[in-house]
Amino acid sequence: MNLDSKTPDGPLAEKWDNHRFSSKLVNPANKRKYRIIVVGSGLAGGAAAATLGELGYNVDCFCYQDSPRRAHSIAAQGGINAAKNYQNDGDSIHRLFYDTIKGGDFRSREANVHRLAQVSANIIDQCVAQGVPFAREYGGLLANRSFGGAQVSRTFYARGQTGQQLLLGAYSALSRQIAAGQVTMHTRHEMLDIVSVDGHAKGIITRNLVTGEVDPWTADAVLLCTGGYGNAYYLSTNATGCNVTATYRAYMRGAGFANPCYTQIHPTCIPVSGDHQSKLTLMSESLRNDGRVWVPKDAADCSKYPTDIPEGERDYYLERKYPSFGNLAPRDISSRSAKEACDEGRGVGPGGRGVYLDFSDAISRLGESAIRERYGNLFQMYERITGENGYKRPMRIYPAIHYTMGGLWVDYNLMSTIPGCFVLGEANFSDHGANRLGASALMQGLSDGYFVIPYTIGNYLASAGAGAISPDGPEVKEVLDSVKQRVDQLVSPKGKRSSRSYHKELGQIMWEYAGMARNESGLKKAIGEIQELRDDFSKNLLVSGSGKTLNAELERAGRTRDFIDFGELLCRDALERNESCGGHFREEHQTEDGEAMRDDENFAHAAVWEYKGEGKTPDRHTEDLSFENVELAVRSYK
Amino acid sequence: MKLTLKIWRQAGPEKSGSFETHELDGVSEDSSFLEMLDQLNEQLLADGKEPIAFDHDCREGICGTCSLTINGHPHGPENSTTSCQLHMRKFKDGETLTIEPFRARAFPLVRDLVVDRSAFDRITQAGGYITVRTGSAPDGNAIPIPKPDSDSAMDAAACIGCGACVASCKNASAMLFTAAKAGHLNMLPQGQAEKDKRTLDMVSAMDDAGFGNCRNYGECSAACPKDISLDFIAKLNRDHAKANLKKLLS
Ligand SMILES: Cc1cc2nc3c(=O)[nH]c(=O)nc-3n(C[C@H](O)[C@H](O)[C@H](O)COP(=O)(O)OP(=O)(O)OC[C@H]3O[C@@H](n4cnc5c(N)ncnc54)[C@H](O)[C@@H]3O)c2cc1C
Ligand code: FES
Repeated sequence: MNLDSKTPDGPLAEKWDNHRFSSKLVNPANKRKYRIIVVGSGLAGGAAAATLGELGYNVDCFCYQDSPRRAHSIAAQGGINAAKNYQNDGDSIHRLFYDTIKGGDFRSREANVHRLAQVSANIIDQCVAQGVPFAREYGGLLANRSFGGAQVSRTFYARGQTGQQLLLGAYSALSRQIAAGQVTMHTRHEMLDIVSVDGHAKGIITRNLVTGEVDPWTADAVLLCTGGYGNAYYLSTNATGCNVTATYRAYMRGAGFANPCYTQIHPTCIPVSGDHQSKLTLMSESLRNDGRVWVPKDAADCSKYPTDIPEGERDYYLERKYPSFGNLAPRDISSRSAKEACDEGRGVGPGGRGVYLDFSDAISRLGESAIRERYGNLFQMYERITGENGYKRPMRIYPAIHYTMGGLWVDYNLMSTIPGCFVLGEANFSDHGANRLGASALMQGLSDGYFVIPYTIGNYLASAGAGAISPDGPEVKEVLDSVKQRVDQLVSPKGKRSSRSYHKELGQIMWEYAGMARNESGLKKAIGEIQELRDDFSKNLLVSGSGKTLNAELERAGRTRDFIDFGELLCRDALERNESCGGHFREEHQTEDGEAMRDDENFAHAAVWEYKGEGKTPDRHTEDLSFENVELAVRSYK
Repeated sequence: MKLTLKIWRQAGPEKSGSFETHELDGVSEDSSFLEMLDQLNEQLLADGKEPIAFDHDCREGICGTCSLTINGHPHGPENSTTSCQLHMRKFKDGETLTIEPFRARAFPLVRDLVVDRSAFDRITQAGGYITVRTGSAPDGNAIPIPKPDSDSAMDAAACIGCGACVASCKNASAMLFTAAKAGHLNMLPQGQAEKDKRTLDMVSAMDDAGFGNCRNYGECSAACPKDISLDFIAKLNRDHAKANLKKLLS
């Protein structure tokens, strides 16, 4: 597997400029001769499709929702980072670069991260010009807030709906190109496979989710902007349709999958309330500024009404363990501590999987109205979901899977190991290393889509091997037939178990053994259990109806099938990465205080998996990460 | 909880539809409305029947995908709530619930509770954007925007495009949606250059899509899960009249 990162030469700060200058250009009149497939209409896909269309390329854009505006990016709340230094508080491109590298626990590629920091400022300009109503100060200038992992105020936001507003901006630009005929939008289409000819990506196979038709689409290049794989855990903060199918199918066709074990768990989500639960809801981390986290000291008190438990019987464990950061300890540390408390039997609420987030101190100090002003909408959301009043009794929170840093391996041009197949946004592994900082995913999606791919794709199109093929060719037909066969297989066995029950069981295995804390024996056990689950799936699956209509059971069955295979890959990667770093915590590798211990000697690399065929163990390759501009340091939060 | 569910079933746009009645027992009052439907679908599947098709994605009230008319109310009887955010504790044990799709001429039915809302996309394509080339934007702070203006633009931009406004309107008018979309951009300095054209084009796309006329009943705003204000309709009417007048005079 060729893992040449194609990082340009020269000093860090000049690499991107140099690269843009030396990149091949496609002459404006020639652009219309090229067709580009963009799978996904979130921030990454929407921005890419709109910009490539505007440049004159013919674009086919696909999404599984009924409208491109509904992509999962819409749900992002907190904000988007940019090194504008509008607050004059010492921010700079280099600082954003450094924070991102450090936040990622030194497991990302320097050159990519630096480029991200460089273009971050352009993103804000672009979005403002599109009419994104970012929060403003009374003087009319843009407002900022600070976010985890940074000492400067560089986060731009639009109330609690930043993702929605940024996506509507990209969607409006996309709509303009659709109206102009440059982009053809295919909604309710799910990509089920990728077609390559002579090693170059030339098209995709989709299923029309309304009519059930399975069709081929061909082009000069394919962009996968299909988001993350958090739903491998069944319960996550992701939208219910988020899936790994597009990227996993590309992996099966030769795209290397990098660092699948890097997943991010968010500490402040509303806990699971019962078996009916289909997703988890995130509540902004900002709550931890005023809320105190605790569990009863004595497991016997867990069933008591919280306010009946006297002060002396409460364990404010974050304040106890991390006196200087206290309740503001970083995401991974707070999440793991909550798990530990619950593992000791001291969790609260249904199933004993919850910890209290208590505002009573803040309320007596500042008054209920001040708290209402700061977090009113979050308290409201909490009450809607749990039926409990957070002003009167402490909220219950628990960590949940939220974001996935791993993804398809890409070089500096965002091209995967399949030439002509590019990967953007959360779907790639590129910029966040082993842990992503808050407000940096939106930045990366838009950076990839608006500012990187429009330049780097030219290099590929102008090279040998580019050029579209006919949808009737033998290579296309072969993949098309295999997809049709797979769909038929899913609807034919009439077993007893629903796809949802398999997905749930997979989620339980993943959460138990590959969740917040992992160890060798657990991961091995998980791999065994997943293999058994796959066996059972192939024999006992029940899908009703046919493949010829809108059939949500069939869709879920296909996605679950890919999650099962992918889950095994994730566990394998977690097993092989015999160190702790960022969101990947191996219990064998921790300091006395329970902090992650990296092993830079042996693991300062990206692990890239190569598919070897059904039932075969995949190969693990590595891309070494060299750090020329930063010094590897230990994160400490004491 | 035990519920009786009267649910609209229709195999496709050309097929005829009817209500089907199902009993569902053991519903947790902590589950959301969509989770209750998940449970029903698991039961149907186990009984060898076809599950009910309904639209959903984020399940947290922001993507605008879910679209159920519950007991005659788009998104159900609670205010400021999407179907996915509605929880079963708001209903009574033993209650009968009627569940239908968002009905409107411009939202053709796809299957069961799923409708086609692409007419909204066409309204946006007609002019719901500010023309700006990627990479050519001036600095974000080049034009200060008074906070109240920016806040009002955000109030309009909060629309999630679910279509409850259309489903609640006797005339199935899309005026609140169009007003929110056009209003967001028309209120900002960046949106001025294309304001007249945008207003005229979006309104005519709305008419072409087969939505009814607005008679100011106000049901739309009451049904809106994001409380988009009727003031935006008044503003769109003004912008439209002005744009029309300018067109006549030019
Ligand atoms: C609750 C929540 C809050 C968040 N808040 C923040 C925040 O404040 N700041 C921040 O920076 N980040 C935040 N994030 C992370 C961020 O929202 C995502 O990482 C980012 O939006 C991903 O964008 P994307 O374009 O890569 O993918 P997505 O937005 O997930 O888009 C994926 C697209 O691919 C399509 N697709 C997927 N699979 C297929 C397929 N098989 N066939 C066809 N189409 C397919 C979908 O239809 C969709 O259009 C948050 C995430 C969550 C869950
Ligand atoms: S499912 Fe997204 S708003 Fe209801």
